[in-house]
Amino acid sequence: MVETLYKPEEILEWLSHVPDPEIPVLTITDLGIVRGVDCSAGVTVSLTPTYSGCPATEAIEASVVAALEERGVCDVRIKRVLSPAWTTDWISDDGRKKLRVYGIAPPERRDRPIACPRCDSSNTEVVSEFGSTACKASYRCVDCLEPFEYFKCL
Amino acid sequence: MISPSTVAAYATRLGDNALVLGQRMIELVAASPELEEELANANFSLDYIGQARMFYTYAGEREGAGRNEDDFAYLRPEHEYKNLLLVEQPNGHFGDSTVRQVLFESWYVLILDALTRSSDEGIAEIAARAIKEVRYHLRHSSQWLVRLGDGTDESHARAQASLNELWRYTGEMFVADGLDEKIRKDFKGPDLRHIEAQWQENLAAIVAEATLELPGDQWMASGGKQGRHTEHFGFLLAEMQYLQRTYPGASW
Repeated sequence: MVETLYKPEEILEWLSHVPDPEIPVLTITDLGIVRGVDCSAGVTVSLTPTYSGCPATEAIEASVVAALEERGVCDVRIKRVLSPAWTTDWISDDGRKKLRVYGIAPPERRDRPIACPRCDSSNTEVVSEFGSTACKASYRCVDCLEPFEYFKCL
Repeated sequence: MISPSTVAAYATRLGDNALVLGQRMIELVAASPELEEELANANFSLDYIGQARMFYTYAGEREGAGRNEDDFAYLRPEHEYKNLLLVEQPNGHFGDSTVRQVLFESWYVLILDALTRSSDEGIAEIAARAIKEVRYHLRHSSQWLVRLGDGTDESHARAQASLNELWRYTGEMFVADGLDEKIRKDFKGPDLRHIEAQWQENLAAIVAEATLELPGDQWMASGGKQGRHTEHFGFLLAEMQYLQRTYPGASW
């Protein structure tokens, strides 16, 4: 029997190209939902859901399996972990930059003003706290008048 | 005695609250006055159903009888559901739905907070996940209560009437039965007397901001935790379980 051993770093590198189905500019590693890779028996990837009702959870699990199978890893298992619970603090700095370029204001830590992702003005106002998905709010920039989405702090 | 079935029964009860409320909110889909409200409601409803799935899956594991989340949701009769009577109350008008959400969520957020410190790791983990969502739901529902209560004469009067009407379903939230007691003693679960005092205080602040008045002492309905439901519940369950009852084992 031929046993192929993978290194966790290698698997993580491959996973860092798997996009989030709802915000495809972010990968699942940018989002911080990959909690661990175990290569001791087959490959087990630990994932955590962003929200309990996130409809993308199953889609993400399927794309992880598909991405690894494409690289020839055939014994892939997904483990769902709940603890520690995901918060927006898990989004990487790189992920925050990508969000801003995409036109979504990244979650701000604590009481910092929400800056417009287009003109960078912090003179912005909330239009609706509850936007197109559970994780986003609708904002408008008072200076450049562009409406934009804000990835809420959770 | 500490037994896994205690945890399974308690997780099922938590799942029942989440699923039944989630199902009620699903009925509101396509009924909201504006798009943002529509999305908020649908997303929050998904959160509740997601929480129910986690609680049921965990209950099934602890029970060890091979039941999965779908078995809990679709194949149990009315009296095996142990949710609070409050969450099964019909949506009524928007004031009714809003008051129901505020009354339940202000209680649920305290229960979840206590459960994050439970000695049962599985329950504590799900509670830690869920509380982040429910805090947010409560912010949404209380903002609406303030808008309705402190809005026009008409919305004020209606919101007050909804509060008076639904108040009778809040009593059982604080009456500990045997299972509540076991969870408190054996698994460091919530102490409902503490929760009641905190709930009263938090709710009074929201209601005052909404320029409404808390109803006084009155007769309280109970029975949800024992599986004795109001007449509305059978209809909800019939619709929710229709597919699995008619085509057993049907899957996507």
